[in-house]
Amino acid sequence: MIPELGQLTLILALALAIVQTVLPIAGAQLRNYSWMALARPTAQLQFIFLAIAFALLTWSFIQHDFSVAYVANNSNSMLPLMYRISAVWGAHEGSLLLWALILSGWTLAVSIFSQRLPLYFVARVIGVMGSVSIGFLLFMLLTSNPFDRLLPVPMDGADLNPLLQDPGLIIHPPMLYMGYVGFSVAFGFAIAALLGGNLDSAWARWSRPWTIMAWVFLTVGIALGSWWAYYELGWGGWWFWDPVENASFMPWLIGTALIHSLAATEKRDVFKNWTVLLAICAFALSLLGTFLVRSGVLTSVHAFATDPTRGVFILALLGVYIGGSLLLYAWRAPSTLKGGTFSLFSRETFLLFNSVFMVVSMLTILLGTLYPLVMEAMNMGKLSVGAPYFNAVFVPLMLPVIVLIGIGAIVRWRNDNWQRISKPLAILLGVSAVTGVITGLLLLESDIFISILGLVAAFWIILTSLSAVRERLKNRQNKWLALANIPRSFYGMTLAHIGFAVMIIGITITSTHSVDVHERMAPGDSVSFANYEFTLDSLRSVPGPNYKATEAVVNVSRDGKLVSTLRTQKRLYTVRNMPMTEAGIDAGLTRDIYVSLGEPLDGDAWSLRLYHKPFVRWIWLGALFMAAGGILAATDRRYRLRIKNKATQVDDNSVTAK
Amino acid sequence: MWRYSFPLLFFVGLVVLFIFGLQNDPSKVPSPLIDKPAPPFALDTLHDENKKITHDTLKGQVTLLNVWASWCAACRVEHPLLVRVAREDGIAIYGLNYKDERPNALQWLKQLGDPYVDSAFDQQGDVGIDYGVYGVPETFVIDKQGYIRYKHIGPVEQEDLDNIIMPMVRQLENAS
Amino acid sequence: MKTVIAFLLLFNLGTLSAADVPIRFNDIEKDNLYDSLLEEIRCLVCQNQSLADSNAELAQDLRRQIIEMIDAGKTENDIKAFLVERYGDFVLYRPPLQENTWLLWAGPFVFLVIGIVVAIIIIRRQANNSATQEPNND
Repeated sequence: MIPELGQLTLILALALAIVQTVLPIAGAQLRNYSWMALARPTAQLQFIFLAIAFALLTWSFIQHDFSVAYVANNSNSMLPLMYRISAVWGAHEGSLLLWALILSGWTLAVSIFSQRLPLYFVARVIGVMGSVSIGFLLFMLLTSNPFDRLLPVPMDGADLNPLLQDPGLIIHPPMLYMGYVGFSVAFGFAIAALLGGNLDSAWARWSRPWTIMAWVFLTVGIALGSWWAYYELGWGGWWFWDPVENASFMPWLIGTALIHSLAATEKRDVFKNWTVLLAICAFALSLLGTFLVRSGVLTSVHAFATDPTRGVFILALLGVYIGGSLLLYAWRAPSTLKGGTFSLFSRETFLLFNSVFMVVSMLTILLGTLYPLVMEAMNMGKLSVGAPYFNAVFVPLMLPVIVLIGIGAIVRWRNDNWQRISKPLAILLGVSAVTGVITGLLLLESDIFISILGLVAAFWIILTSLSAVRERLKNRQNKWLALANIPRSFYGMTLAHIGFAVMIIGITITSTHSVDVHERMAPGDSVSFANYEFTLDSLRSVPGPNYKATEAVVNVSRDGKLVSTLRTQKRLYTVRNMPMTEAGIDAGLTRDIYVSLGEPLDGDAWSLRLYHKPFVRWIWLGALFMAAGGILAATDRRYRLRIKNKATQVDDNSVTAK
Repeated sequence: MWRYSFPLLFFVGLVVLFIFGLQNDPSKVPSPLIDKPAPPFALDTLHDENKKITHDTLKGQVTLLNVWASWCAACRVEHPLLVRVAREDGIAIYGLNYKDERPNALQWLKQLGDPYVDSAFDQQGDVGIDYGVYGVPETFVIDKQGYIRYKHIGPVEQEDLDNIIMPMVRQLENAS
Repeated sequence: MKTVIAFLLLFNLGTLSAADVPIRFNDIEKDNLYDSLLEEIRCLVCQNQSLADSNAELAQDLRRQIIEMIDAGKTENDIKAFLVERYGDFVLYRPPLQENTWLLWAGPFVFLVIGIVVAIIIIRRQANNSATQEPNND
C-alpha cells in the first residue's frame, strides 16, 4: 500500500513538473499572465508530493518493509535506525529520489524568494528547473523506481554497504546534492536570460546569491567527502583523484569561475556571454558527474551498481539539457548587447584570468579522467591515469592562481596603474617570503623547498587580503565605523580567500610531513616516531549490532605522559561478509594521530598502521572558511533589502527584450 | 558566429565518446602479449609430477591454452564446452592449472571430464603472472610457431567459439 | 635476516595478506622503493585499489615477486617494465611518457597557453574600443 502510494506521488509530481515547465515558459513567450502565474504554485505543489514520496520511502526503511526491492537490497533487520534512514539515499534509486526532492526544494526556494523579480523571468527560471525535474522523474519511473516491489518477500535484507554505515553518509551526499542541484538555479537563470534576451547586470545581481549558495554547499559536500574518506577508509588519505571525486571537483572549479565572473558582470556589465556559458557548464558538469557515477563507463570506487541502460538514459538527459542549452547559447549569445570596457591593468582582467585558470584546471582534470576512455575508443591501448598524473599537473596550475588572488584583491576596477600598487605588493611579497622562509626553517624538516613555497603562498594570500581591508580604512577618521560599513560581501571575499590559504597550509604540511608506519605489534609492544610513543595495550573481541569486531587499544604518549588512548577496530559485517576497518583518531588543530588495525599475524600479534599527520585538519578548516565566506557574500545587504529605485522595479506585465 | 558554436561541438564530441564508453567494459584488461611469443615456462604436469611441460610443447600445432582451477566457479560453466570442442573439433587444448591443489584439481577433472592434452601445474601462480593472468578462466590461442594470437577473458561461450576462436584457429591451421 | 623472517612469515601462513605484513629490507632505500612502488601500481583484481592496499591473491603474488626483484637489485624502471610487459600500461597509475600519451602530458600546458592568448586578445580588443575613463574604486 505504502510503496504504491509512493509511486503515485511520483507520478503526480511528474504531471506537475510537466505543467510547471510547459505553461510558464510558453506564458513568458506569449505574455500570458495566467500561465506564468502557474509557475510558483505548481513548483510548490510538486515539492509537497516529492516530500511525501521521500517520507514514504523512509517509512518503508524504518518499518523494515522488505517487500520493497530497494529496501531489501539496502537494509537489514539488524541495521541501526539512523542508518536505516540514511540508507534511503545510500544506493542508486533512493539517491535519485533525493536528487529530485532537492531540485524541487531549490525550485520552492526560488518560488518564494523571488518576489522582486519580474514574473516573466521567474516563470522561465521555474520552467527550466521544472524541465530538469521531468527528466529525473522520468528516469526514476522508467528505469530506477525506488518503490518497485520484490516478490516473494525475502526474510531479511542484504544490509547497507558497510562503508556507508557511518555518520559521514548521513550528511555528505545531501550536501553534495544541494550543491550539484543548486547549480540548476544558476542554469535556470542563464537559460531565462538567453530566452528573454535580457542579459545585463541586473540579471547578474539576481543570480549571484543563488549561485554562491550552491557553491557553498558543494564546497561543504566535497570537504565532507574528503574528511569522510580520511577517517573511514583507514589509510589516512584525503584525496585520490578518483573519477567520481574529479566529477565533483570540476563543477566546483567552474562554480568558482562563475561566482567571480558574476561579480564582474554585476559591477561592470562585462563578460555577459561568458558568465552565461559558465553557468551552463557548471550544471553540465553536475549532470556529467551523475552520468559517470551511474553508467559504468569508468572504473571507480564510488560507482553505484552500474547498468548500461541507465547510462543511456542519463546520456540522453545530458544531450537534451546541455545540447539544448548550448544550441540556445549559440543562437542567442551573438545578440547580447556590448557591455563595459576596461584597460589591461584592471580588476576585470584579473577576474578574466581567474576564469582562464579555473577552466584550464577543469579541462585538465577532464582530460585526465576521460583519457583512458578516449584511448580505448580509438583502439590505442588501455592505460591508467591516476593520482601521480593529477598531482603533477594540477599543483603547478595553482601557483599562478595564488599570485593572482593577491593582486586581484587590491587592483581597482576599469583602470588602474601598476605604479600605484607595485611597491605595496613588493613589500607584501617580501614579508610573505621572509615569514614563510623563517617559519619553514624553524618548524619544518622535510621537502623544505616545497613546504616553504606552500607557506609563502599562503602568507601572500593572507597578507594581501588583510591589506585590502586596510586600504578601505585609509583616510577614515573612525576606523571602527569604517570597518562596520564595509559591505558584508567584501568580508565574505576576504574570509573565503583566507580559507583557501588555510587549506594550502594544511595540504602543504600534511603532504610533506606525514609519517606512515606499518608495524607488527603484539600486546605490550611499542613503536616510536614523530616524538610520540605508541604502545599496543590490549586486543579484545567486541560485538556490534550487525558486525563482529576485534578492537585494539593503543596508548599514545609523549615524553612519558599519556596523550590519548585510541581504539581501532577490524569489523566483519556478517550479512555481506565484508571486512571494514575503523580507525582510531586523536584529532588536533596542529596534528592528527591515527591508528588503524590491519590483519592478524602469528600468535597474538597484528599488523598496525600508525600515522602522524600534522595540520591535516587545516584542509577542511580552510574549506569551512571558504564556505563561511560564501555565506557572508550571499547574504549581503543589497540582496536582501527591497530596492526602492523605480528604474529597477519592473512590473509583471513588462515587455521582454527580444 | 562560429565561436559561439564551439561549446556545442565540444559537447557533441563528448557524447560520441560516451556512447562508445557505454558499450565498453572498463574492467577488461587487454593483453600486451598478442602477436608475441608465448612466454617461456617449465612446469610439472598436473597428472605426473615427474613429467615436464614447457612452452615448446605448445609448438608445432595450433593450440588453446586454458587457465583453470578447481576453485573457480566460472570454469565449471565453460568446461563442458571445452570437453566437447576437444572431442569433436580436434583442437589441442592445454590446461594451465592455476594456484590449485593437486588432489582437488585431479578430482575436478575426473568429475567434469578432461579436455586437455596435458595440464601444467602452476601452484605459485608465477607462470600465470608471466602470461598476464588476472582472473580465471582465461584462454589463449597460440599458433604453430608458439605465438599468442588471441586472449579470451572470462568463460568461453558458444558465441565466442563460433565467431572468433574457431575461425581464427582454422585460419592459423591453414597458414604455413 | 629481516627479509628471511618476512619470507618465513609469508610462506608459513598460507592466506596471510602480505599487504599487512610489514616488509623490511636491510636497506632503507629498498624499503622506500618498495613503499612508493606499491602506491603506483594498480591491483588488477580489485581495480580500485593499489598494490599497497589490496588483499587479493594476485596482489599478494605480485608483491612477492616485487620483493624478490627488489632484493635482486632491480630498479624501479625494471620492475615497472616487468609489469607492463605482462599487463600493459593499465597497471601503472602514472601514465608513461610515450607516443600515445604525449597529448595527455602536453594537454594542460597547451590549454593554458591557448587560454592566456585568448584572454589577452579579448582584453586588447575591447580596451581599444574604449575612451580613457576615470579610475574607479569599488
